[in-house]
Amino acid sequence: MSDDKENQTPSFEMVRTLGLVSVICGIIIVGVYQLTLPAADANRKLALERQVFKVLPNAKSVVTYYATEQGIVAAQGQDQPPAGAVVFYAVYDSAKKLTGIAAEASSAGYADQVRVLYAYDTEKQEITGIGVISMRETPGIGDKILTDQAFLKNFESLDVHLTTDLQSLANAVKTVKHGSKSSPWQIDAIAGATVTSKAVGRGINESARTLLPRLLPQWCWACALPWP
Amino acid sequence: MVLGMCPTLAVTVSAVNAISMGLATTFVLGASCLLVSLLRHSIPKQVRIASYIVIIATFVTVVDYAIQAISLDLYEALGAYIKLIVANCILLGRAEAHAAKNPPLAATFNAIGMGFGFTLGLFAIGCVREILGAGKLFGMSLFGAHFQPWVVMVLPPGGFFVLAGWLIVFAAFKQVSDKRSAQPGGVQS
Repeated sequence: MSDDKENQTPSFEMVRTLGLVSVICGIIIVGVYQLTLPAADANRKLALERQVFKVLPNAKSVVTYYATEQGIVAAQGQDQPPAGAVVFYAVYDSAKKLTGIAAEASSAGYADQVRVLYAYDTEKQEITGIGVISMRETPGIGDKILTDQAFLKNFESLDVHLTTDLQSLANAVKTVKHGSKSSPWQIDAIAGATVTSKAVGRGINESARTLLPRLLPQWCWACALPWP
Repeated sequence: MVLGMCPTLAVTVSAVNAISMGLATTFVLGASCLLVSLLRHSIPKQVRIASYIVIIATFVTVVDYAIQAISLDLYEALGAYIKLIVANCILLGRAEAHAAKNPPLAATFNAIGMGFGFTLGLFAIGCVREILGAGKLFGMSLFGAHFQPWVVMVLPPGGFFVLAGWLIVFAAFKQVSDKRSAQPGGVQS
């Protein structure tokens, strides 16, 4: 009993040790974070641009914008979008002329979030192409959304017209069973990869439903968006 | 001993992923054992596990940031599993069993050796899964366009199959060498 008491470490010493370990670890983490931040940001920008250039081949540069309920603001200098804002990308050609809009859609797939980027044509009110930003779907099954030509054909002119008051989508984008597509706003699922196909449709519907009613009424202004 | 093979299923779908995961774990193992060894006299035994876990989590975070800066493709491929290195039993095992009782140099070398062994283990699984599941090695096609990938090999069950296969091979080798040493005139152990 008395031995136990002698061997006991004072509480202060335990707290002091944990505090010391935390301070050392804190300095290491923050130091490495600051050191790697520029390179990590550059990598993220590069990965995004790669996808944007894939869905909009004429693109030469990309500028990030936020569509808020109050209007459209450039993301310059802001790391995080304001609450409730939808991120979209204005894409410029080599003459710094606005050539298109791309936006991100995300929804839960079979394994994890499926994040895709879609190109939006403001005149036709159609989606004209998609690219995958990230996914962890089953190789050989879910990842067919990258390679299945029949599936990708769905997105060559996917109808996302707004109602006449420009307040909501005229028809919700919906993924339907393979072979049963009957309307231009439907996506024909890949047989055997229905969960992933549905995730793409759901993500695009969610994103378009929020973004387009904010973007399209202001489009005339947006047309004149000069290179910042 | 099959300790710490938890990333076996998820990240060993290709040889490159397996090596990257192995090297990331080796770095965390080496750095955390060095720090644990340096602080071993000042960490009371009552708070040692909490301290080790904080130290291990720190170096896992460091690796996480470093991989994001090196290659986003690799970061996407390894995904959540980099963060899960923190729960790998080898790390806490080495900190508790070796680093806490040995000087920094010995602790670091022991950890790095363990890490390379772990990397070799993952690499052995990754090679087989990539060759059978995708017909490639290090991204290079081995069998031409007519190869029909054995998809189950890149799915989680494939990880179990290949791990079991290697364990059978090692067990068979061990059995043969045990038999040889048991024979009269054989190697005495």
